[in-house]
Amino acid sequence: MFIVAAVALLAAMVLVLARLYAGPTLYDRVLAVNSFGTITVLFIGVLSFLAGRADFLDIALLYALINFVGTIAILKFFRYRAIGDVSASREMHR
Amino acid sequence: MIETGINIALFSMLVVTALVAVRLRHLFGVVMLAGAFSLLSALLLVTLDAADVAFTEAAVGAGISTVLMLGTLALTSRREKIPSHRPWLPLVVVLVTGAAIIYGTLDMPDFGAPDSPAQTGVAAEYIARSPHEIGIPNIVTAVLASYRGYDTLGEVGVVFTAGVGVLLLLGGLRARRRRGRPDGPDGEEG
Repeated sequence: MFIVAAVALLAAMVLVLARLYAGPTLYDRVLAVNSFGTITVLFIGVLSFLAGRADFLDIALLYALINFVGTIAILKFFRYRAIGDVSASREMHR
Repeated sequence: MIETGINIALFSMLVVTALVAVRLRHLFGVVMLAGAFSLLSALLLVTLDAADVAFTEAAVGAGISTVLMLGTLALTSRREKIPSHRPWLPLVVVLVTGAAIIYGTLDMPDFGAPDSPAQTGVAAEYIARSPHEIGIPNIVTAVLASYRGYDTLGEVGVVFTAGVGVLLLLGGLRARRRRGRPDGPDGEEG
């Protein structure tokens, strides 16, 4: 049961990675990395049930948080072309 | 058996990701690939039961360093320059070094071998004593937070000092910029 889920998730990883390698536009790549992070979270969950260790689920939660913050940072970079002090970089580009 | 299959699949994805990242000239794509690479290696560390190292890899590799590389890209070019010559010598050096390192691992004990030095030292003591002395299910956490508590406290002090230093440097820059702003009509450059 969990083995089937793990194999399916591995197949999903391969598909998402193919999009990440090929991805013609930047948004394809951003979306691919974000989906890859989500699949990672799910895969750790499946691994924790496969190994019978519930403490892996905490790691999966942490990954979900990091994935969210990373995507926000990337999209902020798209919007403002800067990461840190947005107002300062706006000032420079004016 | 299942674990071997998962490891082989993850490792082959890791290798393909690294090769594509080397070939790609578009640096934004390379940053995205590096993020996927860290997530894959963190997954491998989870399958090796190294939960704390996987935590660090995910937080530093996939989180912070992606943000730092994007910040660097904002300051520099977004395309990699095509090298004018083929650097054969560095490739040879890297291959020889890699071969030497792999040769060095040949006489190491097998992964998880019961007679390896890592298992015969103090590890047996920790495994026997930590459940009733500390009461934490994860032995690595028990060692880091309790048996080596002073060491970890020192590390936290180092990280705290580094953080305060960075905050002071960045805060000083921002305050100077703000002070400079009201003079000119349109703000100052830089």
